[in-house]
Amino acid sequence: MPRKVLEIEQKIEYLSILDENANVDKELEPDIPAEQLKSMYKYMLLGRRCDERMLKMQRQGRLGTFPQSAGHEAISIGSAINLHQDDWHVPAYRELAGMLYRGWPIENIILYWNGFEEGTAPPEHVNDLPICVPLATQLPHAVGIGMAMNYKKEKNVVMTYFGDGASSEGDCHEALNFASVFKAPVVFVCLNNQYAISVPLSRQMSCETVAQRAIAYNMPGIRVDGNDVLAVYVATKEAVERARAGYGPSLIEGLTYRLTPHTTADDPKKYRSEAETDEWAKKEPLIRFAKYLQNKGVMTAEDLEKMEAEVDNMVKTAVAKAEEMAKSEELLNPFTIIDHVYADMPQFLQEQRDELAELVKREAARKEKKNAKSETGARS
Amino acid sequence: MAEINMAKAINLALHEAMDRDDRVVVMGEDVGQDEGVFRITEGLFAKFGDDRVIDTPLAEAAIIGTAIGMSINGMKPVAEIQFTGFDYYAFHQIESHASRFRNRTRGRIHIPMVMRAPYGGGIRALEHHSESRETYYVHTPGLKVVIPSGPRNARALLHSSIQDPDPVIYLEPKACYRLFREEVPDKMETLPIGQAQVVKEGEDLTLISYGASLRAALEAAEDMEDDGIQAEVIDLLTVSPMDHKTIIKSVMKTGRAVIVHEGQRNCGIGAEIIARINEHAFLYLEAPIKRVTGLDIPIPYFSKERYYLPDAERVVIACKETLNF
Repeated sequence: MPRKVLEIEQKIEYLSILDENANVDKELEPDIPAEQLKSMYKYMLLGRRCDERMLKMQRQGRLGTFPQSAGHEAISIGSAINLHQDDWHVPAYRELAGMLYRGWPIENIILYWNGFEEGTAPPEHVNDLPICVPLATQLPHAVGIGMAMNYKKEKNVVMTYFGDGASSEGDCHEALNFASVFKAPVVFVCLNNQYAISVPLSRQMSCETVAQRAIAYNMPGIRVDGNDVLAVYVATKEAVERARAGYGPSLIEGLTYRLTPHTTADDPKKYRSEAETDEWAKKEPLIRFAKYLQNKGVMTAEDLEKMEAEVDNMVKTAVAKAEEMAKSEELLNPFTIIDHVYADMPQFLQEQRDELAELVKREAARKEKKNAKSETGARS
Repeated sequence: MAEINMAKAINLALHEAMDRDDRVVVMGEDVGQDEGVFRITEGLFAKFGDDRVIDTPLAEAAIIGTAIGMSINGMKPVAEIQFTGFDYYAFHQIESHASRFRNRTRGRIHIPMVMRAPYGGGIRALEHHSESRETYYVHTPGLKVVIPSGPRNARALLHSSIQDPDPVIYLEPKACYRLFREEVPDKMETLPIGQAQVVKEGEDLTLISYGASLRAALEAAEDMEDDGIQAEVIDLLTVSPMDHKTIIKSVMKTGRAVIVHEGQRNCGIGAEIIARINEHAFLYLEAPIKRVTGLDIPIPYFSKERYYLPDAERVVIACKETLNF
């Protein structure tokens, strides 16, 4: 038998519509209504300002360690904007802008990074999973949600996110394969920011793109400029339409860059050059989109300023609210750590709850004693 | 040698082990150029290069799986998992392969690897970064599970773990990395795996702990001295194979025991200790044995971590209940 050649197409498209200097490709430019464009910008800005504010809070000791998302607003919003409210949004942990767009209150995000489980509880009207820290583990969940949609004949889609680092995890490949085999209506969005903490892309994979992995899983794959919200919008819109029409999953890779460290505990100077960081800072997604909106006559400089003020105010209000909530009786209630573990409390856990009650009593007594002491001190 | 903290002591052991044995390699996420997220692999990349200090792609199953393969082919990998919250990805490699190769090949193939990972709470970390799940490994036959508690024993036990012919899970209490300094000798030393240490002698009751929880046990023992209570404190150092002889000897003397660990209580290390005391020293007991442990819930996010983690106060209360029984 002679060796045969199997014809497998190996082409990956790269899409860029709005470049870093805000030049737009008129042929590829999507037709997005002005109100929606404004909303996209607003949530990108909100994500950015919220991230910046949280960094300040962390430095002041008012927030725990958290992974920042500045620089990833275009991927997050350009994709999430294509979802209906009853579609599912399954994030990793740098989709802050998209989560806020989907309806997560900023307070939840702040509370989560401040060590409160209440922050991970999705609000009633939000069809999203919470932030997922263990890399790629959320991807099979997204596929399962999609498989259930097929079973229930729902015409919805799932949008899920992961990074270039997570693309090396088995869960990622298993999820892509399942989605493909079961034609699950899932859009996989890879935020390729080129570093998994310190490990560069070249050490993460020896192929050129994450997108080309789609070929092996028999689904459409595309790489887009991840800092170009229009390109992300167009690519994910196609993928969402395809999924909704019953043709199964797609993989979209957005090439981008962390404008920040990995988390507040990381020092990127050890592994990224300043020149590289400066170069990518120029390509960040907000500035070019603001210029685009102005050039297009959708927003004036004055409108943009107004929006800045509005967003700043939203963040300010949310921070105050989150800090107030963190002091509330409801959130300080220690028993919530036990009460949500099972639907029905097992006996052994009830006994541990009683032990906790003793501990809480001791803590309260100590506090009272301390207060009494300081009162006495104040009087004398 | 100068006094150093535990992070530095583990780093020192890695330098020494790599210096003396070129089969030793270090691998994991961010262990190279970044020198580890806790700086445990500081200086290794510069000194030994990327042949021996291997920044891997982000895949725990493959880190442990390839470490097993390297072990099979004559090397001694020390694989770092960045946090124990992410070692579950590699658990099938540990359980189905690392722990079993010796047995299923009747000793022809063995896995002299070490899996290092920071474990435990107390540093206000984010979700999935504070777990204490040593029981999963203790429950796996064929593994050794070592948990140091201070700089000197951390260095010595890491050497023993690297030299051991079988797979060792070496769990580092991250809350202790920079908690205190201790004098370590100039000369490299080892400590036998599977041997506990009596770190404080006493007559009235036996406190048994390990890792970060040992601090709570020691603090409680010190507090109780004011009330004239002399607790004997045992640091397990190896949780599997467990040195019950040291425990039994002490309990035969004191007749009372309290076990302290931050891992969950249900089938935790404390449960096994109680079983062994029952088997070997039941008639010496003056009171039921108490456990001060993490609760049987996922460790809470950090705002309520204190309700979960054992502290000296909880230990003192348990000791007094035992003494007043």
